[in-house]
Amino acid sequence: MSVIILYALMVGLLTLSWIKNRQKTRIALQKAFKALENILPEFLIVIVLVGLLLALINPQFISSLIGQDSGMWGTFLALLVGAITLIPGFVAFPTAAMLLVEGAGYMQIGGFISSLMMVGIVTFPVEKRFFGTKISLLRNVSAFLFSILVAIGIGFVMGEL
Amino acid sequence: MRKFIKRYRGFLIMVILLIVVSVVNFELGKDAFNRAVSTIKEMILIIPPIFILMGLLDVWVPKETMVRFMGKGSGLKGIILSFLLGSAAAGPLYGAFPIASVFMKKGVTFSNILIFLGAWSTTKIPLVLFEIESLGLTFALTRLACNIPGILFIAWILSSLVSQKEISDVYEQNITMQNGKMS
Repeated sequence: MSVIILYALMVGLLTLSWIKNRQKTRIALQKAFKALENILPEFLIVIVLVGLLLALINPQFISSLIGQDSGMWGTFLALLVGAITLIPGFVAFPTAAMLLVEGAGYMQIGGFISSLMMVGIVTFPVEKRFFGTKISLLRNVSAFLFSILVAIGIGFVMGEL
Repeated sequence: MRKFIKRYRGFLIMVILLIVVSVVNFELGKDAFNRAVSTIKEMILIIPPIFILMGLLDVWVPKETMVRFMGKGSGLKGIILSFLLGSAAAGPLYGAFPIASVFMKKGVTFSNILIFLGAWSTTKIPLVLFEIESLGLTFALTRLACNIPGILFIAWILSSLVSQKEISDVYEQNITMQNGKMS
């Protein structure tokens, strides 16, 4: 769904741009291509890294970590798994719903979803290129710490704490 | 050729690692390869439009306009706008970094860029709708109620932990990168 919106936006704006000024549009496309080419090595690293990690950390494995009665330790592991992996939302939410059915607690799922969204260990090579090591590190660490609070907050609201 | 190897060194190391894994455990290696391929498919779908939008933004929106809306002194307006732009986004967080890079060139403040990244990662509207559907309204709303202040808090804490000099260095580097030079 969001991909369709993204493409509609791109095609719409590109057409508008082309009508208004062809030269500028050409420059925009050149810039886009150059920027993409520039960051390509980092993206390629991320692709292989994601493949390896997802093969190791598959849903069955996650389920075994954060299953029923896994408690605080399970929440911590859920946060960690969320931080490491890169799973698109349309896969992550159904997976999370499935884990809930299989007995994972809301607290674990909350931590997993939050760190999955905010923390990106595998995408670190890309982030580092744009933000430098220090800022990327600080952002990921603070997002991870914050995800602990999200897990606690959700555990509290859902009546698990 | 040597330049190529140097640039793609990290990638080559990863490929060698993948080969080693496949030799040790063929099933795992095959699984990893298949997942890498599906990641490539996703990236091919998401990345080109994001970079094209980035190019259009760079060419069409003058720095003064961006500064007025999201730069120094934009205050609450800048914060809200950063939130909205991030929430309206599509695609995984790695798509936000190139856009953030253009924002730096256009003089958007560091804290607004962090808010934009935070919103992109956690409050994307299509994703939140999907979350409500999969995990329930209470779960989704609680998560948002935690994450929205969290985004502001992370933006604030990072702005105070990183020195002005370090921030302007990162901005400088991005501007150089935007202008096509390799770093």
